[in-house]
Amino acid sequence: MRNPLSEKVVAIKPSGIRKFFDIASEMEDVISLGVGEPDFDTPWHVRDEGIYSLEKGRTFYTSNSGLKELREEISRYLERRYQLKYDPIHEILVTVGGSEGIDIALRAMLDPGDEVLIPEPCYVSYLPCVVLADGVPVTIELKEENQFRLTKEELLEKITDKTKMLVLPFPNNPTGAVLRREDLEAIAEVVIEKDLFVLSDEIYSELTYGEDHVSIASLPGMWERTLTINGFSKSYAMTGWRLGYICGSRAIVEQMTKIHQFAIMCAPTTAQYAAVEALRNGDGDVAMMREAYNQRRRFLMHEFERMGLKCFEPFGAFYVFPSIKEFGLSSDEFAMRLLEEEHVAVVPGTAFGECGEGFLRISYAYSIEALKAALARIERFIGRLRAQR
Amino acid sequence: MREQILTFLEKNSKIDLQELAIMLGSSEAVIANEVAKMEEERVICGYHTLIDWEKTSSEKITALIEVRVTPQRGQGFDSIAERIYNYPEVQSLYLISGAYDLLVILQGKTLREVSSFVSDKLSTLDSVLSTATHFILKKYKDYGTILGKKATDERMLVTP
Repeated sequence: MRNPLSEKVVAIKPSGIRKFFDIASEMEDVISLGVGEPDFDTPWHVRDEGIYSLEKGRTFYTSNSGLKELREEISRYLERRYQLKYDPIHEILVTVGGSEGIDIALRAMLDPGDEVLIPEPCYVSYLPCVVLADGVPVTIELKEENQFRLTKEELLEKITDKTKMLVLPFPNNPTGAVLRREDLEAIAEVVIEKDLFVLSDEIYSELTYGEDHVSIASLPGMWERTLTINGFSKSYAMTGWRLGYICGSRAIVEQMTKIHQFAIMCAPTTAQYAAVEALRNGDGDVAMMREAYNQRRRFLMHEFERMGLKCFEPFGAFYVFPSIKEFGLSSDEFAMRLLEEEHVAVVPGTAFGECGEGFLRISYAYSIEALKAALARIERFIGRLRAQR
Repeated sequence: MREQILTFLEKNSKIDLQELAIMLGSSEAVIANEVAKMEEERVICGYHTLIDWEKTSSEKITALIEVRVTPQRGQGFDSIAERIYNYPEVQSLYLISGAYDLLVILQGKTLREVSSFVSDKLSTLDSVLSTATHFILKKYKDYGTILGKKATDERMLVTP
């Protein structure tokens, strides 16, 4: 029999998170700080709207690009929050989570051999999606001393004649890093000068704990060079509804819509009706959750400091990224032993790129009680490691 | 700051003030001082415990009593309200807009105890015109808390 598989797909490495999931799933009393989704339930009024849409029998496809009223709400929201202007008819496409946006953007824009710059550590999807789109991923190692922000110099260093796009995933999973306006301005200058495009994944845009998030597409000269990805998963605690959107110039959105139309048809209808309600009446929920995350963030930072665990202060998403270099273990070894010895699940930094070595991703999408219980176990564990050294 | 402190205390009056200070990015001394001030000013009127009495062997009956009254010259409803809230079995008393005037929440041990309060004490007050008593059969949610249900985390243990 012939080889049934595509070499391209077989060559893609499976996610490094899987084995932790498998082991943790077998344990009885595991406390996990390894989850990349909110702990809040979707606000009731949003769920209720989804239920209502089902009761009314709204169970059919929507138009390919999504319900018109949803696109109009998205357009209003992006202008109100981030001073972004997107025409709801031609420049907004509703997708199955932000994830689909990543995939179709790369497929719509890349030709074989085009290079895509990916700052790491980052979310696990960009690199394989570039490969699947026949692009060439080129990673940029972000550094702790820069608070894991992307600098102009780091960017310039990796640009070649083949570079076409830059993925900009901020606020960042896994580091919690954010880019301020001045960071973005420096990046924009390079992008314009080198004639690149930006895929800006802003799924955590509502979760910043200092200054408000700035969208790179709102900077002069950047709108036509940027695809903005956002969605409902993190800001409205709607991960399971699978709903996001991607916005950009009409020419690109049209091509992405073609892929979306043939591969997906449309985003889930129930989720779209619920999302309209979220955008219309959900500002209070977002503010409440943001405040709760911020309180946990402060608590976690304080506890790490008390334990003497080195960690830069992150101002976005719901992750902290402490350094474990003092223990002389790899991230993978540390996380595995922590899981085996104390039954606490965290994700090794290397799951998000090689330069995540020496770090852990710890999520604070947990109640203070759960965080406290997990921290007590972590403290016991690192106490033991220090005593052994 | 006050509002943030109160939001926490309203949900959990046992919260450790040092912990609260960390979460609010303040210091324990500042928080403790603010709490003391609010107690002094009667912004904070007390600390109570939310109990699901159904889970205990103790028998308790809660009744809501709608009361229509004649307001008194110069006093409005205040003086009749005072006469009612001074009974220790009255848990809460509210002045209400609409079809009736006062809502009395009463806790008693038996049906007889509640009904004798209504017939002997409440109805006999001069300004009381009429009463309507409703017994609570089951409490699903009280003070913003769903009773009896323990939240479980249904998320997968590790996700990217």
